[in-house]
Amino acid sequence: MSFLTILFACLFYAAGAVLAAGLVVKVAQYARTPAPLKIPTTPAPATRTGVAWRMLREVALFESLFRANKWIWLFGWVFHVALALVLLRHVRYFIEPVWLLVEIAQPFGIYAGMAMLAGLAGLWARRFLVERIRYISTWSDHLMLALLAGIAVSGLAMKYVSRTDIVALKAFMLGLLAFDWQPLPADPVLLAHLLLVAALMAVFPASKLLHAPGVFFSPGRNQADDSRERRHVAARAGGRP
Amino acid sequence: MTAPALQAPALREYPVIPILRRDAMAGSRPYVASEKINEALGFPGKLAEGWRERAIAKLGELLDNSRALRVYLDACVHCGACTDKCHYFLGTGDPKNMPVARQDLVRKVYRRYFTLSGKLFPKLVGAEDLTEEVLEDWYRYFNQCSECRRCSVYCPYGIDTAEITMAAKEVMDWVGVGQKYTNEIIGKVHKIGNNLGLPGPALKNTLETLEEEVKEQTGVDVRFPVDEEGAEVMVVVPSADFFAEPHVYSLIGYAKVFHAAGISWTLSSHASEAGNFGLFIGSTEQMKAIAVRVREAALALRARRIVVGECGHAWRVAYSFWNTLIGPFDFLDPRYPAPEHICEVTYGLMRRGAIAFDREKNDGRIVTFHDSCNVARGSGMGGIPRGQFILPREIIRAACNHFHDMAPETIHEHTFCCGGGGGLLTDELLELRVKGALPRMEALKAVVDEHGVNFMATICAICKAQFSKVLPYYNFDMNLIGGVHQLVGDAIRLGRND
Repeated sequence: MSFLTILFACLFYAAGAVLAAGLVVKVAQYARTPAPLKIPTTPAPATRTGVAWRMLREVALFESLFRANKWIWLFGWVFHVALALVLLRHVRYFIEPVWLLVEIAQPFGIYAGMAMLAGLAGLWARRFLVERIRYISTWSDHLMLALLAGIAVSGLAMKYVSRTDIVALKAFMLGLLAFDWQPLPADPVLLAHLLLVAALMAVFPASKLLHAPGVFFSPGRNQADDSRERRHVAARAGGRP
Repeated sequence: MTAPALQAPALREYPVIPILRRDAMAGSRPYVASEKINEALGFPGKLAEGWRERAIAKLGELLDNSRALRVYLDACVHCGACTDKCHYFLGTGDPKNMPVARQDLVRKVYRRYFTLSGKLFPKLVGAEDLTEEVLEDWYRYFNQCSECRRCSVYCPYGIDTAEITMAAKEVMDWVGVGQKYTNEIIGKVHKIGNNLGLPGPALKNTLETLEEEVKEQTGVDVRFPVDEEGAEVMVVVPSADFFAEPHVYSLIGYAKVFHAAGISWTLSSHASEAGNFGLFIGSTEQMKAIAVRVREAALALRARRIVVGECGHAWRVAYSFWNTLIGPFDFLDPRYPAPEHICEVTYGLMRRGAIAFDREKNDGRIVTFHDSCNVARGSGMGGIPRGQFILPREIIRAACNHFHDMAPETIHEHTFCCGGGGGLLTDELLELRVKGALPRMEALKAVVDEHGVNFMATICAICKAQFSKVLPYYNFDMNLIGGVHQLVGDAIRLGRND
């Protein structure tokens, strides 16, 4: 067992633990914190079913963003959909046998990798070119884009520039899941890719990536417009009425 | 009208997003409340030793009690979708009036004291200590947000800057830097019963005078009852309706509607104010204390229905919060929603033919409708989707022959604030108010030029007061603004309709 294999195995266990524990803590915090008043934003549906439908449109189509700004919507939506396809494609490295859906996604996943990079490039360009967005951008905003772009570039590099031993990698990943460690190929592009992914997992619960679970807890979007029909009562923290 | 010294921005046919003008509005700052005003509300008189710890503790308490605040401070990705949505940004170009930048004034403090990344790497994530300079920025720029929630409509996560502004205002009250205009008015509600400080006897006098005036004009005995026990409907109106123009014409309109429909109604001297500035300062305690007078009055008068007059933020508080704060309304007639908006009453009567209009009486008017932000984005009407947009327009169409909407991107939930909401309707903020009205004025100009619009109807007392003041700066007649029930009052058939 090489030092490298042990290092990356530990790294992924640690990153996975931080991601899972961090998300559990944050989601529990969002769920426990009371929403004392009804503050849905127009157009708010009157029923819970309506809310579910609104939320689905919001997370699948980015409806509000579409109404706000077509360029941000285009780049942001392309990036997210592409990321979803890329993740779906990657599922094959973690399961055996491979599901049919994941099989089908394989060729799309490659194009999605490029689309993801294009979306990121568009979003990043706006941070430099649009004065208003330049003003609000922080170092962490740029670093987050750099991290995601780095992951996409190193991933595509393994497809088009320097291919890695994918069979050995799959064995390593399955080994991680089964707690039966297998050697990791010592390929620099692969190691960079994995390192960046581990970093992304670790910063997730402490960064703006919390928008992913956060959107489901946004009272402006997840409340029904039924304040007159149903008396909304939420206890304050600490049980105070 | 004396010549305005303040120069309003030029109206453009095709508005563009302004280039940033850093610190353009850094000098805009409302008067700070005196010690006496703050202490009357249970806040410290002024900024004192230990304020920072007190502020951070308060922010922590708010975070523990508001899922909205917690999620909104975490979720922003700085995408920039909101950056061109605020009327104050569009009118001033000050980058701190971009909603995300305004939120970041609180977010950077939240990050510094409540998140690991902000504690470890403040520079990297834009976290900052709460210093006196930061507090000063809060005071300036959270008093440049009218809590209109336009930005929240466009945010992919529904982040509502109003919630963050309210939290910042509450923290500021908690350390003794309350705003004079809002806090003085809240004191008046508690002491005298309404925002304008009109005592009971003066109210009765005013209403008697109104009865005489309406009798003179119409020859009909339209009543303006106050504190009448056993009346079916108790009406709560913004106190400006009692004597300010054009507000009072809407009050006359409500009275004529009840008269024509034969519904017994009353005002209350105990709850002679629909407005609730507790909302503006983000204090649930104040909001509840102000609202509970309505419940007390309705019980004392044995009213069976509660109706709210033309007041935007009052309707949001009544529609969205009353049931939580002062409900349940099990003592009211279950056949009607509780509370009801005056437009719901008029619309319902109109639909079943209980009232009728001679709409040619409004033929001198070419009307448009300004959606008020709290009604548009924080309430509903009529129990139908988008009712808050449909009902007022249907009433106007029934009472007038000439109606034209403004551009679609400036009405309904996309409506622009009048520029005076959220507790900013005070003279020392006039420059902000004039500049903040720019997007609405541009949309108005378009229908004035195209259709000859000469009357902008609205259902909000703050909108009416704000527009009366700022219209002349844009070379419009101040009488161009008025209420929906002003139009109703001028066209409704009095006497029996059968």
